[in-house]
Amino acid sequence: MIDSIARHVNADEGLVRRGRFVDTTFMIAMDDADYLIRIEHGRVAAITPGPFITPDYSFALRASRSVWEKFWQPLPPIGFTDVFALVKQKLMRVEGDLHPFMSNLLYFKDVIAAPRKGGKGPER
Amino acid sequence: MSPRFEPVGGRYLHLELLGKPHRLYVEEAGQGIPLLCLHTAGSDTRQYRGVMNDARVTGDFRIIAFDMPWHGKSSPPAGWQDADYRLSSRDYVRMIVEIADALELDRPVVMGCSIGGRIVLHLAHEQPDRFRALIGLETAAFTEPYYDLSWLNRPDVHGGMVCAGVVSGLIAPTAPVAERWETLWHYMQSGPGVFKGDLHFYMIDGDIRPKVGEIDIGRCPMFFLTGEYDYSCTAEGTLAVAEKLGAPATIMKGLGHFPMSEDPEKFVSYLLPVLDKIRAL
Repeated sequence: MIDSIARHVNADEGLVRRGRFVDTTFMIAMDDADYLIRIEHGRVAAITPGPFITPDYSFALRASRSVWEKFWQPLPPIGFTDVFALVKQKLMRVEGDLHPFMSNLLYFKDVIAAPRKGGKGPER
Repeated sequence: MSPRFEPVGGRYLHLELLGKPHRLYVEEAGQGIPLLCLHTAGSDTRQYRGVMNDARVTGDFRIIAFDMPWHGKSSPPAGWQDADYRLSSRDYVRMIVEIADALELDRPVVMGCSIGGRIVLHLAHEQPDRFRALIGLETAAFTEPYYDLSWLNRPDVHGGMVCAGVVSGLIAPTAPVAERWETLWHYMQSGPGVFKGDLHFYMIDGDIRPKVGEIDIGRCPMFFLTGEYDYSCTAEGTLAVAEKLGAPATIMKGLGHFPMSEDPEKFVSYLLPVLDKIRAL
């Protein structure tokens, strides 16, 4: 699922353009599995699975595997459609240096939701 | 070929508002029962473009929408540059009443969304006899902050982009793409700190939970419509208010926090039965 983020993001010219000023590494964490996602000029340059001893990243999104799986459904259930919906319900934590995330929110929301494109969901 | 204008007109109204002179942008369409529409926090009257262009609505209703001061094409009052904008319950109620008076509206219906869906509860509580009926879209008695609001107005983050980013997930995932991005565009055009200032009312000052039980819908009928995908004003939040008041509420399928803007046609299909009831009052 996570690996598909690179394929979907890098194939989406509009999304890469939206993130053209983004250069950072962020973490997606589910239960005890961590992944570092390296973004360079809006493109996903690398996705590295943990475990890590000294992971270096700007911000991390942490949720249980079952929450991520609902979030990544092509049409997620009500309450699982957006990162902020999960945060509000305390099903996800966004932590670390939030500046890259908040200053490129429309970009990161679609990057994080990219695995939805694997199924037949609504056009965004 | 003649120019293709919408049957919507916009004008600038001059009035004293909260003790200061204001220049306010007001749009209108249709004829009949006055229906005053309130936009969401950090947006403007363009959210009602679909309602204003729908002949099924404008046949019996005179739709009026204004950009709140600081919003859309309404100016902030002179001297705005030296203070933070912060909306309070008291000012918001006064603003609506003063604008309705300045427009010489006779017991209008008021329909508001989000902050507008909250303020109709305040109107029902404080000024029930001044309104024919109140329609709350995405109404909840209170919404607690669920992110740090300081991100919305700081020089090292693009204000328009972060405001649009914060609200983007509130739109139903099934909304038409063009209407979704039109809705976000309005947020991108909001002035610095305006959305944050409105949220002061929404998430701090406008908590009306202790007073909901004092509202008498016998004096002013109320109707509630909420999109099923709204996680800010949730369906549960609306239904709790409606149950306490004994007022009708409908949870709208395939809609989110900005129903009139994110999918106007679908929204109007839910609005029409409410307008039928108001017409029969």
